[in-house]
Amino acid sequence: MKPAAFDYHRPQSLSEATEMLASLPDAKLLAGGQSLGPMLNFRYLMPENLIDLNRVTELQGLSRLPDGGIRIGAMTRQYQLEQDAALHREIPIFREALRWVGHYATRNRGTMGGSLSHLDPAAELPGICALLDAEIGVQSSSGRRTISIHDWPVGFMQANIGEDELLTDIVVRPWTQPHGFSFLEMSRRHGDFAIAGVACLLAVDAQSHIEKVAVSVIGVSNGAARLRQAEKALVGSACTDDLVRAASQEIEQLEAPADAHHSGDFRKRTAKTLFCRAVQKAYEDAIKRRSAP
Amino acid sequence: MSTLHAVEMTINGQSYQADIEARITLADFIRHTCGLTGTHVGCEHGVCGACTLKVDGRAVRSCTMYAVQADGASVTTVEGLAQPDGTLHPVQQAFTDCNGLQCGFCTPGMQMTIAAYLEENPNPTEREIRELISGNICRCTGYQGIVRAALDAAQKLREAR
Repeated sequence: MKPAAFDYHRPQSLSEATEMLASLPDAKLLAGGQSLGPMLNFRYLMPENLIDLNRVTELQGLSRLPDGGIRIGAMTRQYQLEQDAALHREIPIFREALRWVGHYATRNRGTMGGSLSHLDPAAELPGICALLDAEIGVQSSSGRRTISIHDWPVGFMQANIGEDELLTDIVVRPWTQPHGFSFLEMSRRHGDFAIAGVACLLAVDAQSHIEKVAVSVIGVSNGAARLRQAEKALVGSACTDDLVRAASQEIEQLEAPADAHHSGDFRKRTAKTLFCRAVQKAYEDAIKRRSAP
Repeated sequence: MSTLHAVEMTINGQSYQADIEARITLADFIRHTCGLTGTHVGCEHGVCGACTLKVDGRAVRSCTMYAVQADGASVTTVEGLAQPDGTLHPVQQAFTDCNGLQCGFCTPGMQMTIAAYLEENPNPTEREIRELISGNICRCTGYQGIVRAALDAAQKLREAR
């Protein structure tokens, strides 16, 4: 009996869930429970009402949009993302990043929407969403709106979502041209929270010049950060050590808070090293895929 | 005292029913209400992996799931791993053969994690096993025997097919 007592609610539909969220005072939504569970057990949180979304089937699974986008239901579990063949074919970086998300048994419960709502600075899935310019759908009893992933974090572990709103789905759009990718992360032990991590998608032209690139950093600032200046600096050139090292300097501008384990400077330094390796690796991968798609 | 919820689930093929508070974890339900103490409770916040068991075929941590959430589910604990006649599961036998345990506290969670994983990936590499059990903490063995046991069990299971 670890958590403080709460009233437990188990909606069967999305509309039932949003009605509960609108009417019940001091309510928390329970998704996979891999972050909220520990917080409840420690009594960091003592909500009056717990709304369990695990039986809301509308929120589960992947679907394809007419424009080629992939819609991921908020309650899709991380192992389902890992195993989805179509997602792996079109956005292979997903499976690569998921290997780093918690552990085998936590991925069996942990969800896509839960990870984005909890918004741990070191979480991998928000980093992948930032890379793909994901759109997040939220719903309340009075309507639905979509938010860009880039407007989603509003503070430390705080998402741009109202108290009466529920995250329903995430839409990601695969890159259409052949591209390379890499996801690198540094942590003390596999599955621990990342000190820093870097995700990169990169496409090259016929001259092996960088045509398009996206890079995001996790673990350093409050949410996953896209490195727009670095991306701009890389486009149009071949990938050289000097170019990549110069581009990595954008990480210095990130606001990196210290925690009990690592200083902000150490996180930035780690992120810069990972940035250089990740871009190089994605570049080599891009050249390989372009010649033999 | 908050509201009681009627919960019914199948554990190792046997049906269990109780009226419980929603805040009772699945681990506590199994140990205290059902009396099945093979499932060990270590950290109680999803880090140590000792309470890992299978719910509807998938390995989960029973300390970060509430028993009320497993209403209607089919649960397998370490007690359900061996055959009814006492023949050990190949993973359990491998732990014995390869010295995969010392004090035994992490063992149920290790075995449930490995047994579930080998059903998905019958031919794992050593690296995959090390990544797999990174979510299960052992303070005795240094993991060498456990890794050997997992690889040995994988081989035996492949041979048996």
